Amino acid sequence: MHGLSFEVANTLAGLLVLVSFLMIYQDRLPALLNVLGLHAFILALAVVWQAYVQDAPSLYVTAAIALGFKAALIPTVLQRIVVRLGIHREIEAVTGTGLTMLAGMGLVALSLELMLPVTTHADPVTREDIALALSVVLIGLMMMVTRRNAVSQVAAFLSMENGIDLAAAGARGMPFVVEISIAFSVLVAFLVIGIFLFRIRERFDTVNIHALDQFRGERR
Amino acid sequence: MIPLAGVLGAPLLGVAVLALTPGYRLSARLNVVLSLVAFAAALLLLLDRPETNRFLLIDDLNVVFVVLSTFVGFTTSMFSASYIGHELETGRLTPAYLRFYHAMFQVMMFGMNLALVSNNIGLMWVAVELATLSTVMMVGIYRTHEALEAAWKYFILGSVGIALALFGTILVYLAAVPVVGGGLDGMAWTVLLAHAGGFDPKLLDIAFVFLLLGYGTKVGLAPMHAWLPDAHAEGPTPISAVLSGLLLNVALYALLRFKILLAACPGGIAPGPLMIALGLLSLLFASLMLYRRRDIKRLFAYSSIEHMGIIVFAFGMGGPLGNFAGLLQMVMHSLTKSAIFFSVGHVAQVKGTQRIAEMGGLTETHPLLGWSLVAGVVAIVGLPPFGVFTSEFLVVSSTFARQPLLAVLLVIGLLVALGALLLRVSSVAFGEVRGPVRRVQASYVPIFAHLGPVLVAGVYLPGPLVAWFQHVAVLLG
Repeated sequence: MHGLSFEVANTLAGLLVLVSFLMIYQDRLPALLNVLGLHAFILALAVVWQAYVQDAPSLYVTAAIALGFKAALIPTVLQRIVVRLGIHREIEAVTGTGLTMLAGMGLVALSLELMLPVTTHADPVTREDIALALSVVLIGLMMMVTRRNAVSQVAAFLSMENGIDLAAAGARGMPFVVEISIAFSVLVAFLVIGIFLFRIRERFDTVNIHALDQFRGERR
Repeated sequence: MIPLAGVLGAPLLGVAVLALTPGYRLSARLNVVLSLVAFAAALLLLLDRPETNRFLLIDDLNVVFVVLSTFVGFTTSMFSASYIGHELETGRLTPAYLRFYHAMFQVMMFGMNLALVSNNIGLMWVAVELATLSTVMMVGIYRTHEALEAAWKYFILGSVGIALALFGTILVYLAAVPVVGGGLDGMAWTVLLAHAGGFDPKLLDIAFVFLLLGYGTKVGLAPMHAWLPDAHAEGPTPISAVLSGLLLNVALYALLRFKILLAACPGGIAPGPLMIALGLLSLLFASLMLYRRRDIKRLFAYSSIEHMGIIVFAFGMGGPLGNFAGLLQMVMHSLTKSAIFFSVGHVAQVKGTQRIAEMGGLTETHPLLGWSLVAGVVAIVGLPPFGVFTSEFLVVSSTFARQPLLAVLLVIGLLVALGALLLRVSSVAFGEVRGPVRRVQASYVPIFAHLGPVLVAGVYLPGPLVAWFQHVAVLLG
């Protein structure tokens, strides 16, 4: 049983990392958002498995949130925004996909190298989860830096948050705070992103961050 | 328990009441009253301290910050009441937005107070996030091109910071699990501190790096500071005052809690060098950046980065004297900088712009306003007889005694900043009159309520206060 629970948890966490890599080279927003949905779906599976293994019913709530909000609602809403803004056909210039992929691999190696030696006291399931979760977080962070479009930055941020959720679910017995924080961040991300994207459209007719960057505060 | 309920309950009640109150005059007054209630409750905490439980904690360290934060919240609500009337007249805000603004102000106060009194590192994280998001909304409230960009930048950088901080928090919990067991105990700060000796030091080290980067983004440390000047410059001025005066402090407070934890774990890295490096970098960077500022709120925002650098540096040096200086500097900076923003808010209303080039001769046309700005700036650059001089002197002298080379860098940063600020402010306050001269109903009570204690602290620090700070400084390790 222990062997199986470990293998499944490890596979799901590994899949999450793999989907993070898939996100790196999506240069069309609708495709990127589909992959984001897939990312959240795999997170939900991983969390369900953790809930089962740890016998922690509260984690099922977390998984439900991941499935309902992150896998279904948010990608759908973002898709609609993208269509409304008329940028669904645009191809985003994703700079240096190959290099970014290589850097991503480096980040995965770094997180394994960093986390595995220091978590020797922890349960093996937790160990692998945390290490892989860290790589999802770091890849998300890197995508936020390399992407120029507001919607894809938000997608990158959400993938990063998925990584954190995986870590939180993997930490055995972490108290109620997980649920609060997840519900909270989902709600808020939804709210703020919606408002912001809408306003950005209203004001500038573009969601390209470059266009916003022309203003740097003091060049008026 | 009642005072604590007041500190948290008054803002919470305020959110509901202010969201429902039409009419900005009434809600501005209610805002002041509720903030006063929270401040009074905080003062009572000094006398009657509730028992620690797994969620809430009042100890010697945070009681100072609770009193400070509710005090600045109270004075800012007074300033805000006089400030927003003018914004309505000029049409920058509409009554509907003001209702939202007042409710958000109380959300932010609730978030900050909760972050300060929480004994649970997860709860603390949620509270900091709540405070951050409410300020994001307020930074964007003018809905101009610049305000939206500022709010977006703040939101993105703030989210990344807060995400990294959560990851660090999870790692701390993981370090605690083998020793204290899972569940609530693994997140209660007092429990963690009692058992910190048994934690895996390496895991705690990594956790601290994440926490330093995460909460450090909120503190505004270089190189994660990019959101700070924009957010200060483009939001309403009362929000600039609380951002500099309170939110930066709250994030730093969170960091200090973890620093104490790390200090209690033998075999962990010393957090000092990391903090010293980030602090010095912020100080030197911000002081050089001060010269090229053309926007007056942006100028003082960079000065906040500079001061946060000094404070983090002081805590990084550590030891009783370094921590004492850091604590004093935190309090002094908080009071002085919000007083400056109060003056600057009115100055910008007088001139109808934030551009320094279009301001001049303020002491001639508006003597009281002009001189309070000058007094604030004299205080913030660390000239006697104000309290910042005392704390900066302590930072410098304690550093000279231990690391003369670092002290040289520190002094260079301080002098560069002093030159830049005095240069800029002299062109605003003195010389020929430039720019329009409008009448503004300025409120001086908040400004003097802040500068008064700073002046007193510069001349004489009361014995009990010194003893208190010394005690806390020892706690900080």
